[in-house]
Amino acid sequence: MAKKQSSAAAASVKQNRALEVWKQFRRNKGAMVGLVILILLILIAIFADVIWDYEQDIIATNSKARLISPCAEHPFGTDNFGRDMLARIGYGTRYSLIIGFSSVVIGLLVGVPVGAASGYIGGKFDTILMRFVDTFTIIPSLLMTIILVSIMGTSMINLIIALSISAIPVFTRITRASVMVTRNNDYIESARAIGAPTTTILLKHVLPNCFSPILVQATLRVGTAIISAAGLSYIGLGVPLPTPEWGALLSASKSFLTRAQHMCLFPGLAIMITVMVINLVGDGLRDALDPKLKR
Amino acid sequence: MADIILEVKNLKKYFKSPKGNVHAVDNVNFSIERGKTLGIVGESGCGKSSTGRTILRLIEPTSGQIFFEGKDITKLSSREMTKLRRDMQIIFQDPFSSLDPRMTVSELIAEPLNYHKILEGSGRELEQKKEKYILDLMDTVGLAHRLYNAYPHELDGGRRQRIGIARALALNPKLIVCDEPVSALDVSIQAQILNLLKDLQRERGLTYIFITHNLSVVNHFADEIAVMYLGSVVEKAPVDELFRNPLHPYTKALLSAIPVPEIREKKDEPLIQGEVVSPINLPEECRFRKRCGCSCEACAAGIPQLREVTPGHFVACCNL
Repeated sequence: MAKKQSSAAAASVKQNRALEVWKQFRRNKGAMVGLVILILLILIAIFADVIWDYEQDIIATNSKARLISPCAEHPFGTDNFGRDMLARIGYGTRYSLIIGFSSVVIGLLVGVPVGAASGYIGGKFDTILMRFVDTFTIIPSLLMTIILVSIMGTSMINLIIALSISAIPVFTRITRASVMVTRNNDYIESARAIGAPTTTILLKHVLPNCFSPILVQATLRVGTAIISAAGLSYIGLGVPLPTPEWGALLSASKSFLTRAQHMCLFPGLAIMITVMVINLVGDGLRDALDPKLKR
Repeated sequence: MADIILEVKNLKKYFKSPKGNVHAVDNVNFSIERGKTLGIVGESGCGKSSTGRTILRLIEPTSGQIFFEGKDITKLSSREMTKLRRDMQIIFQDPFSSLDPRMTVSELIAEPLNYHKILEGSGRELEQKKEKYILDLMDTVGLAHRLYNAYPHELDGGRRQRIGIARALALNPKLIVCDEPVSALDVSIQAQILNLLKDLQRERGLTYIFITHNLSVVNHFADEIAVMYLGSVVEKAPVDELFRNPLHPYTKALLSAIPVPEIREKKDEPLIQGEVVSPINLPEECRFRKRCGCSCEACAAGIPQLREVTPGHFVACCNL
């Protein structure tokens, strides 16, 4: 009788996986702080048009208010055209986040399937594919991006495409490496023994167990992409002016370093905080998804 | 006429390596009657696990035939093979690496049901049936229901191995290859798992291929024993006959290596010398020639074939 009851209990306790992950995630304070800030940044990016008027607040110059240091009216000061830095940085969130996330998502969408297939199938297929990927890896990714942007011209779409292409080999390599480790586990053979189809084995057993290195790499790449984009904008190959992309803001500040340090301080801080926050969330997610770290 | 469930004929599996072919399984022949247990014993690297995996076609055989219920399964397409997996299952050696760490106990046991139509019905009804099926299986293998949502890393080796057994049983197989199912477990738990396997065999009429390096385990478990050395079966006999009257020098050596719980018991001198020769590109001679001290011409002339010395007792040695 007692057994019957416990069986009913077990059934009702069948937990929702997503809820479980969220519970785990919530325990990680750093990740939660990161998540809150990240959501805030995403909201700012989405509602930038509501908060600021592009023509009025972002583009319009005011020669009377040039290079004002941070004060009550302009918390982040103004730039050399008298534009409010807070508004420009806030609006720039949109560009940086779009560039960071979309280049990583495209990199993942291409790199993970290619790497997984290469690592799982192995043999000649793997050798040929990897030599092809190697040709992309030998060129430093920033240089690659510079070449691609120079060929295709400066625009945000081109920048994203260029950053994605340089991200693909990274994801291909890391996925391949972890798939090669994971596929040798007995549980893969066990899945084959019970008759699981190859695609199911890849999607249900191999990839989930390769998840943490890929996720860590992905979060790092979001940061790298934002920094690369900022760097390219700094040398004038990124998003064309007067778009308030963070790198472009930094780039604009270089002539005024001695007179208006706030012009480079705040865009730099914005980049740093965003990258850090994404890494925090990524680490938290990785830990929450690993049942072995369950407390 | 005996009811033969599985027959293996001239089974070979060579692995390619940079130095040459590794003869993992070399001309293995045996057959098993339904409901019986065949023990395959031998030291590490003698090809016993490879034999087990080749029978299930987890490794493709290099050549040879495997007849399961009279049908040669080496020629089956992967789709037909998938169907056949319902009847042939495996229990793995290491319960720590053979369970996906990201799946709960219930998911692990239910997984085979996703690929084979065992339960009828749809939607909610199927879910309920599935749940009952899982809980029944957990009862069968002796797992507490509270472990339904547990992850494998939260459990000890014995419980994990019970999950592995439940997974194998989920499809109601006829034949189970037990690949050293207890060698990774504590001695106290070994007995529990062996008893469980024995009970299951009685209840369900299972046929086992029991792969182990531990002769004292198969002594209580198997009906017949095949001793393997370097990819080949060197002696095959019913378990009592083999223990009473071992004929091959390698079998004798294995039996003398069984620990005896008696301090004053005088141990015989070791019967064999040297080490296993490399299984790569083996010469055409008795594989055991360099170790048993015998060096007659017949040993060097070719690989001795299994001969029936007394009814049911086969030996591959030219000195008999």
